[in-house]
Amino acid sequence: MSVTSDAGRGHRRRCARRLRGRTSRLRVSLFITCLADTLFPSTGQATVTVLERLGHDVDFPREQTCCGQMHANTGFQEEAQPLVRRFVRVFADAETIVTPSGSCAAMVREQYPRLAAEAGDERLAAEVRAVGERTYELSELLVRRLGVDDVGARYPHRVTYHPTCHSLRLLKVGDAPTRLLRSVAGLELVDLPQAEGCCGFGGTFAIKNADVSTAMLTDKVRRILDTQAEVCTAADASCLMQIGGALSRLRSGVRAVHLAEILAAT
Amino acid sequence: MSTPFPIAAREALADSQLRRNLGHATSTIRTKRARVVAELPDWEALREAGRAIKADAIGRLDQLLLELEERVSAAGGHVHWARDGDEANAIVTAVARDHGADEVIKVKSLATDEIGLNEALAGAGISAIETDLAELIIQLDNDVSSHILVPAIHRNREEIRAIFERELGARDLGHEPAQIAEVARRHLREKFLSVPVGISGANFAVAETGTVCVFESEGNGRMCTTLPRVLVTVMGIEKVIAAWRDLEVMLQLLPRSSTGERMNPYTSLWRGVSEGDGPQEFHLVLLDGGRTQVLADAVGRQALHCIRCSACLNVCPVYERTGGHAYRSVYPGPIGAILTPQLRGLDAAPSLPWASSLCGACYEVCPVKIDIPTVLVHLRGRVVRETDAEPRTERAAMAAMAKVFASRRAYERAQRLARLGRGPLVSAALAPWTRSRDLPEPPAQTFRAWWRERG
Repeated sequence: MSVTSDAGRGHRRRCARRLRGRTSRLRVSLFITCLADTLFPSTGQATVTVLERLGHDVDFPREQTCCGQMHANTGFQEEAQPLVRRFVRVFADAETIVTPSGSCAAMVREQYPRLAAEAGDERLAAEVRAVGERTYELSELLVRRLGVDDVGARYPHRVTYHPTCHSLRLLKVGDAPTRLLRSVAGLELVDLPQAEGCCGFGGTFAIKNADVSTAMLTDKVRRILDTQAEVCTAADASCLMQIGGALSRLRSGVRAVHLAEILAAT
Repeated sequence: MSTPFPIAAREALADSQLRRNLGHATSTIRTKRARVVAELPDWEALREAGRAIKADAIGRLDQLLLELEERVSAAGGHVHWARDGDEANAIVTAVARDHGADEVIKVKSLATDEIGLNEALAGAGISAIETDLAELIIQLDNDVSSHILVPAIHRNREEIRAIFERELGARDLGHEPAQIAEVARRHLREKFLSVPVGISGANFAVAETGTVCVFESEGNGRMCTTLPRVLVTVMGIEKVIAAWRDLEVMLQLLPRSSTGERMNPYTSLWRGVSEGDGPQEFHLVLLDGGRTQVLADAVGRQALHCIRCSACLNVCPVYERTGGHAYRSVYPGPIGAILTPQLRGLDAAPSLPWASSLCGACYEVCPVKIDIPTVLVHLRGRVVRETDAEPRTERAAMAAMAKVFASRRAYERAQRLARLGRGPLVSAALAPWTRSRDLPEPPAQTFRAWWRERG
């Protein structure tokens, strides 16, 4: 046991040294998301830990609230508009914005331009374009922007990865999350069958169409349990709340853990 | 307003035979489609071409439809314009009556299902006989279609055998698909040779040449469009494309997306009438049926680009579990969720735009790149703004949340309430969530409280 963890620590130190040498120090503003801020603070803490370990500076613009995704996707676009403006204002000076949520990153990058166009506001359109170009989901920032696969983590567990729909189809993060996971010491990554199927969360869909949402969730959970993994991970707290809610209800003994928390573990 | 989707869906979800039949059928078609699409190195370029062809045609429907009318008339066809289903049904009924028909044979056609043509003909004492195998199955069973391409997808082989034995007086059909289908084949062959009027829809109509086109797999369409003396085609006005060469793109996109075949077995194309060959009288009914109204919505109008391949149904995690009947429309699945409320009016189907988790699988496979998730979200907005369908409690919760998110202090106050299990969102969402899912344990502190403490 002690031998392994010493080796892990040595490996981690070497990685951190190498990475600090390779990439310039970034100033990263954390866009925590209202959900993680309120219910999953450990996801935000882990995001801070990983970025700081790699030698970057993290700040947290305190005026941030919600990106407006729930309102926009539920048909309350008019109510979402002020939240778009608020986000653009709060993050106006941010050099690089990171969020531990695929769907909130996609909201900023994909939906903000549409909402700005609907508002017929050219200036807002330019502002959302500029803020969108600086916004990254965590695994994207690490792998695509910083060129890091190995963040020096150790997590000796059997893990399966669920690629959330908006990471997969809107952000197109591809294999960034699994590259990170494969580099985690001690982690055994097992493939999730039919991984690309939706977990059934879908924001207010989980409430408005609770029965269909549950049917989708049941199939997802069955496949997770079939892998015999101890942990199901993903890069979005909302999908993990859905999956974790069922894993807990079923007393499955399997946990839903955000990718950031695995990457922060040592 | 028909049964709201969440309620209709609950009933479907409880039908274990339906769930099994659908799961099996959709996964089979999905796999086939993925295989044949992967064969084409230029698939994305083809999709873009398909999108451009449809966008161009929808953008100048007024001009292309007149051109189509002119070409079809010049080739000896009769063109009729129908504002709605009633007008279209009256036109078809009059043609059938003129020829003294008490039976007509039909190619599978969504447009005629949409307008209830069979029921209208029955009202005039004329039986419409469906000749597509799956359409025949559901017609015999007094059922309705549950899939755009595979109307009887909710039925398995054993159920179909029972329907044929009961309705066609067949005995001991056995369990082989060929044996079961043979009964339908014999039943239909007699009709093909004796019924004077055939009715079809159209996959495409080419304005440049006046060519009408039907893609199919079974050969029944070829017989219906060639054997009877009279042929009537009912097509939605959005089916027109500009040029003959546009078909080249569609011939590649449609079969691979729909049945997962490189090429469909039968493609029938005709122009007006040809003396001594095929029907000697041809009528083309151009159906509006709400389509011009859809054109007025700059975001929603891309729903009219649909070529009815049904790829979006087969990949949709909602459709896969509920089947088509829960959508209460001829057009189920993701495309139905954006088409039905637009064709019938938002008030008639206000719950359909929410029948999606916005996972985006539909957009990924659409051969003409209809951005279904974006249209769904857009239509949700229209339902909220233009109808009273959204519950007042939800509106109140959304308004309260908007206020909360508008100020940091209100937000931080609401966080404290939410962690105590109170507040507008919590009270609106709690019961449906906890029926099947546990709530996360409230953490000891919020992230921002931790950040503040950290200094």
